[in-house]
Amino acid sequence: MDYIKAFVIGGLICVIGQLLMDGTKLTPAHILVAFVTSGAILGALGIYEPIVEFGGTGATIPLTGFGYSLAKGAIDSVKKAGILGAFTGGIESTAGGVAAAVVFGYIMAVIFNPKSKK
Amino acid sequence: MKKQITRISKEKEYEEYVNKKVPKPAYLKNSLWAFLVGGIICTIAQFILNILRNSGLNKTDANTVTVIIMVFLGAFLTGLGIYDKITQKAGAGAIVPISGFANSIVSPAMEFKREGYVLGIGAKLFSVAGPVLVYGFGSSVILGLLYYFFTR
Repeated sequence: MDYIKAFVIGGLICVIGQLLMDGTKLTPAHILVAFVTSGAILGALGIYEPIVEFGGTGATIPLTGFGYSLAKGAIDSVKKAGILGAFTGGIESTAGGVAAAVVFGYIMAVIFNPKSKK
Repeated sequence: MKKQITRISKEKEYEEYVNKKVPKPAYLKNSLWAFLVGGIICTIAQFILNILRNSGLNKTDANTVTVIIMVFLGAFLTGLGIYDKITQKAGAGAIVPISGFANSIVSPAMEFKREGYVLGIGAKLFSVAGPVLVYGFGSSVILGLLYYFFTR
């Protein structure tokens, strides 16, 4: 059952991105920035949490989920550590993903060469 | 003054002409592809998450490891040239998931390898990831501060 939920929620979030790409002149980079920022805002307002509860990875794997865990990390840390938490919490909670992206990205870019486009 | 007016109207005419000529995107077809591929990517992630959870990891750690694995898969498939083919068909379905974020890191870095390891790969890794991290980290700090000042 959680597979169907992840499929539907993840698919719907991607459709929103596709409609934005087709309907406006936004580039993929703009879409990614917009999704992270709106995920963070929705996360802070407590709107994204129930979507994560329902959709599982369907909500955490799209970039809105990245924004959500940034905001959640920052707010949880503020609760524990006060104002310093606003600066440390978001990056702490996403450190694994960001470090993986940098390291794996670097390794793959060194190992592989771009394929010639046909 | 008159010259300017005619120029503006010419520009408007041209814009209308371009809008007429640019093909209308196939909204329904593109959305269906995005839904299908985006859904499949999230389902794969759910499968990985369930395995990790069953092996005894707690919820937060399991989520982090899932993200790391999806980032690895996205980066690896980009290196092999497979991910870009998926993106051509699936559009946002492949761009919006975190594996697409990995794709946006590897693609330009690979492309600019000949410019060196520092200013080529090192700099271009962040040509899309940079803005994402700036706005992501930026909004998390601002939201944290707002929370601190308004709810305590």
